[in-house]
Amino acid sequence: MLRKSHFNIRKFIYDTFDKDAAKVVFEREGIWDCTTCSACLKKCPKGVDTTGIVMGLRGLMVEDGRIPPPIRDALKSIAIHKNPWKISAEERSRWAEGLHVKNISEGGDILYYVGCTPAYDARLQKVARAIVEILNRAGVDFGILGNEEGCCGSEIRRMGDVWTFEYLAEENIEIFKKYNVKKIVTTSPHCYNTFKNEYKGAEFEVQHYTELIASLIEEGRLSFTRQIDKTVTYHDPCFLGKQNGVFDPPRKVLTSIPGIKLVEMDRARERSLCCEGGGGRMWVESEDSEDRLAKIRVGEAMDVGAQILATSCPFCLLTLEDVVKTGDLEESIKVMDIAELVKEAL
Amino acid sequence: METAEIRIGVYICHCGINIASTVDVDSVRDSISKLPNVIVSRDFKYMCSDPGQELVIKDIKEKGLNRIVVASCSPRMHEPTFRMTIQQAGLNPYCLEMANIREQCSWVHEDREYATEKAVKLVSAAVAKASLLEPLEEKEVEVRPEALVIGGGIAGIQASLDIADAGFKVYLVEREPSIGGHMAQLDKTFPTLDCSACILTPRMVEVERHPNIELLSYSEVIDVSGYIGNFHVKVRKKPRYIKMDKCTGCGMCAEACIMKGRIISEFDVGMGKRSVPYIPFPYAVPSKYTMDSENCLFITKGKCGKSPACKDACSSDAVDFEQKEEIVELDVGTIVVATGFDLFDAKEKPEYGYGLYDNVLSGLEFERLVSSSGPTQGKIIIGGKEPKNVVFVQCVGSRDKSVGNEYCSRVCCMYTAKQAHLVHEKLPDAKLTVFYMDIRAFGKGYEEFYDRVREEGVRYIRGNVSEIIKKGDRLLVMAEDTLLGEPVDIEADLVVLATGIVPRRDVKEVANLLKISQSPDGFFLEGHPKMRPVDTATDGIYLAGCAQGPKDIPDTVAQAKGAASSAMTKMARGKVKVEVTTASVDTFVCRGCGRCVEVCEYGAPNLEEVEPGILVSQINDSICKGCGACSVACPSGAISMKHFKNEQILSQIEAVI
Repeated sequence: MLRKSHFNIRKFIYDTFDKDAAKVVFEREGIWDCTTCSACLKKCPKGVDTTGIVMGLRGLMVEDGRIPPPIRDALKSIAIHKNPWKISAEERSRWAEGLHVKNISEGGDILYYVGCTPAYDARLQKVARAIVEILNRAGVDFGILGNEEGCCGSEIRRMGDVWTFEYLAEENIEIFKKYNVKKIVTTSPHCYNTFKNEYKGAEFEVQHYTELIASLIEEGRLSFTRQIDKTVTYHDPCFLGKQNGVFDPPRKVLTSIPGIKLVEMDRARERSLCCEGGGGRMWVESEDSEDRLAKIRVGEAMDVGAQILATSCPFCLLTLEDVVKTGDLEESIKVMDIAELVKEAL
Repeated sequence: METAEIRIGVYICHCGINIASTVDVDSVRDSISKLPNVIVSRDFKYMCSDPGQELVIKDIKEKGLNRIVVASCSPRMHEPTFRMTIQQAGLNPYCLEMANIREQCSWVHEDREYATEKAVKLVSAAVAKASLLEPLEEKEVEVRPEALVIGGGIAGIQASLDIADAGFKVYLVEREPSIGGHMAQLDKTFPTLDCSACILTPRMVEVERHPNIELLSYSEVIDVSGYIGNFHVKVRKKPRYIKMDKCTGCGMCAEACIMKGRIISEFDVGMGKRSVPYIPFPYAVPSKYTMDSENCLFITKGKCGKSPACKDACSSDAVDFEQKEEIVELDVGTIVVATGFDLFDAKEKPEYGYGLYDNVLSGLEFERLVSSSGPTQGKIIIGGKEPKNVVFVQCVGSRDKSVGNEYCSRVCCMYTAKQAHLVHEKLPDAKLTVFYMDIRAFGKGYEEFYDRVREEGVRYIRGNVSEIIKKGDRLLVMAEDTLLGEPVDIEADLVVLATGIVPRRDVKEVANLLKISQSPDGFFLEGHPKMRPVDTATDGIYLAGCAQGPKDIPDTVAQAKGAASSAMTKMARGKVKVEVTTASVDTFVCRGCGRCVEVCEYGAPNLEEVEPGILVSQINDSICKGCGACSVACPSGAISMKHFKNEQILSQIEAVI
C-alpha cells in the first residue's frame, strides 16, 4: 500500500480474484497514485509482481478509455508527435543547435539516446547539452538520431498502454538496426531501464550516461580543471538504483570532481526515497493531500548539510527542483544533474 | 540352476480395485499364460498380503518354479517384500522381476481396453527379462566400530555421547577452539526459559571426560575417502600456538596481550572485545587458550615489543610460536555430519538499516546483549541507555524470495517471543512491539508461551516492516498493519531483527568432501524426506541438526539421537550388506579413457595401471550404487550392470514392441 494514498494493491488483487477486474479498477481510487518505483516489488518476500499488476489494471482503464485527461493527452501526443509533451517531432533536435554533434547515420561507436524530456524541456536541454560537451571533450565517437528519435515507451507502458509501447519498441529496434547500433547511452534511467529490460529481441548494449562518464574518468579520458567546493548529496533515481543496481558509477563521478564533498542521506542506495516522478506521474496529479515525497527528499538533503542535491534522472531533477522553487529554498540548496556538475568542472 | 530349464510363475495383482478397475486382470492372466517358459499365470486380489505370498511359495515348491514375475505396483514399494518371499522358498532373491501395472498403467489410463493391452505388454517384458535373470550373491563388508562426528554443536555433542555411551569410539572434530556451537551463545531457551549454558555445559564436560570420545578441537576435516565401514579421513589440526598439555587456562596471557580489548569477539558476535590469546567463553571445552594467528603481531609481523608479553606472562611455558599444523589420519566406519548453520546476514535487507545503525541488532547479537555472560553482563543497554521502546522484526531472511530463502527458519517466532519476554522481565516499562507475517508456534508448549508473552503486554502487529530510518537518535520503524490496512509508525530505541538460519558458507565444499547432496534450499539432503530423515544418499553418512535444515533444540537433539542410532546399528552388527546390482567392467574391452570416473557421483570407478601404460577401470563394489551412469557413458561398452544387462533390457524392449 502507498503510505499516503488510498491505494492498496492487495485490495485490487483480492477483488480481481472473483470479480470483474475492470469494474474493480473503475470503482476504486488510487490506481494512478503508484509511481512504479518498485520498492514494494523489491521487498516482497513472495515475489508478487506488484508493479506489473498496477500496469495491467491501468491497461484495463486505457482499453475502456476511462483515463484522466492529462494521461489521455500524453498518449495522444505519442501517436501524433512520438513524444508525450505535445510538441512537434520536427522540433526534437532543436536542443542540439550550435553544438558539435553528428547524426548517427554518419556513423559512431555509440548512439546517444536523448529521450523526450531532455529533448523538449528547457531545463533538461541543459543536461543533454552538457552530456554532448562531456562526450566531445573525452573524444567519444557518438551520434544522435535527431528528429528520427522517438519515445522509448517506458512511461507509456507504465500508464497502461502496452499496445503503443510494443509498437514503439518495434519501431525503435528497427531504427537501431538500420544504423547498426551496438551501444546506446541514455540520459534517463527510464529509457535505460526499458531498453535494458523490456525490449524483447534487442541486440545492443545499454548504458546510463553516468556509467559511461565513470568509465571515461577511470580510463583517464576525462580530466577536470576546475574545482567545485561544495557539499553534495546524491539522490538515487529508482529506475537506475533500486531497479537496476547502478549505485556506484554516479558516486564515482561525483567524488572524482575536485572539491566536491559527497555526503550521503540516510535513505541512500537501495533505501532511496522515490521522488514521485515515475509511472506516468509526470502527467497526472496524485489524489492524496499530503506532502510530496520530493519535498521530504529535499528536506533530507538539507538535513545532511548538502548545498547541492545531485541526481541523474530528468524526472527526479524536475520534481526536486520544483520543490526548491515553490518552497523558496533556492538560497539554501540547488538541484543539479551530475552531467551539469561534470561540465562545470571540465 | 544355470543348467535347469527356465520355469516362470507370473502373479497379477488386482490391488483391490486400483488395478482391476482399469485393467482386465483375467485377460492379462490368460494372455501371459501362453508365453514360453510360463508354467503358471495367476491373479490375486492382494499379492502383497500373506495369502498372496503363500501362493508364490507354494507354487515354487510344488511346480519347481525358478523365476518369478509379480505384476503389481512400483518395485520401490514391494520388491523387497517379494525378494524375501522367494528367498523363503529357496530361490535367489534376484530371480524376481516386477512389472509395474499400477503407477505406470492403471493409475494413469482410463480406457480399459488400451490399459489392458499395455498391461499385457509390460508383463510380457517382465517375463522376457525373467528368462534371462541371473542369480546374484549378496555381499557384506566389515564396519569399523569407530565413528567420526563433524561439528561440536549440540547436535554433534548429542550424537557423540550416544555413540560413545554405546561403547564405540568417537572422533569429534570441531572447527572452533571450543565445542558448544550456537547453543552456547544463547541466553535462555524457549519455551521453558532454561538457561542455555546451564543445560549445555554438563554435556560439554561429559564429552571432554568420556573415555570413548577423542575431541579434535580447532581442527577441520580436509579429506574423506572410502565407503561405509571403512572411511579414511584426514583432519587438519590448526596450530593454537599454545601447548594443550601445559595450558592451565589461567588467562594470564590474555591479560598481558598488548592487543587486549581490541579484537572483536566472535562468540559475542561483535558485541564484545577480546585479546589475541583467547578462550571463546568462560565454560569453553577444552578450557585452553588459542592464539588468534590472524591478529597476533608476533605471528603476522614477527615482532611484538621486545618479546611477546603473553609468552612472558605464562608461568607454565605454554606459549609456543613454533607450533605447526598437524594432519591426523583416521579410519572410521560411520560419519555423522553436524556442521550446523550460519545466521542470515541482515545487510541483505538494506531497508532495515542493519550495519548502518548501532541500535539495529541481529537475533544472535541480542542474545549476547541479554546474556549474563555477555558484554554487558545481561543489562539491556544500547547507546549507554536502557531502551524505552523496542521493536522486533520477524522473518528477516526467512520465507523471503527476494533473498532466495523460501523456507521458514522455524526458530525465529519463538526466539523473538522469548526475547520480548526477557526485555519485559528486565525492563517492565519498555514498550514492546513485534512485527510478523504469520506466527508459527508449533512445538510443545510454544503456543502457550506465545499467549503468555502477549498477555505480558507485548504488542503483535501483523505486517512486514517496510523501512527503518533515522529520526534524531531514535529509529523510525514504518510498516503497514495489514489487519487494519493502515500505515503504522513506531519510534524505537532498539530494533531486534529475527534473523533466520542459512546453510554454512562452505556448505558446498563440505558436500563435495563427503559426496553428499544439497536440497534446493542449500542444506544437506536427507535420504527420504519422510522415511529416511537422518540418512544421506551415501551409506554410512548421517545428518544431525541444522546442517540438514533449520531446527530448534529439541528437534536437533532428537535428530542427533536418530543419526547416532543409525550409525550404531551398522557398527553394532559389524557388517553391512552392499548393493549387488553393481557395475562390472569387461577389462578386455576397457580402454582406460576415464569417462566412468568423471560421471560417477559416488567415486566408485578408479583407473588402475594393470601393465605399464595400460589403464583399466576398476569399480569398487562397496561404493557402487548401481545407478548405471558409467555404463551409459562408457564409449566402448565395456561396463555392464548386473541385473540390468544389455541383453536383459533389449529382451524387454523386444517384448513390448
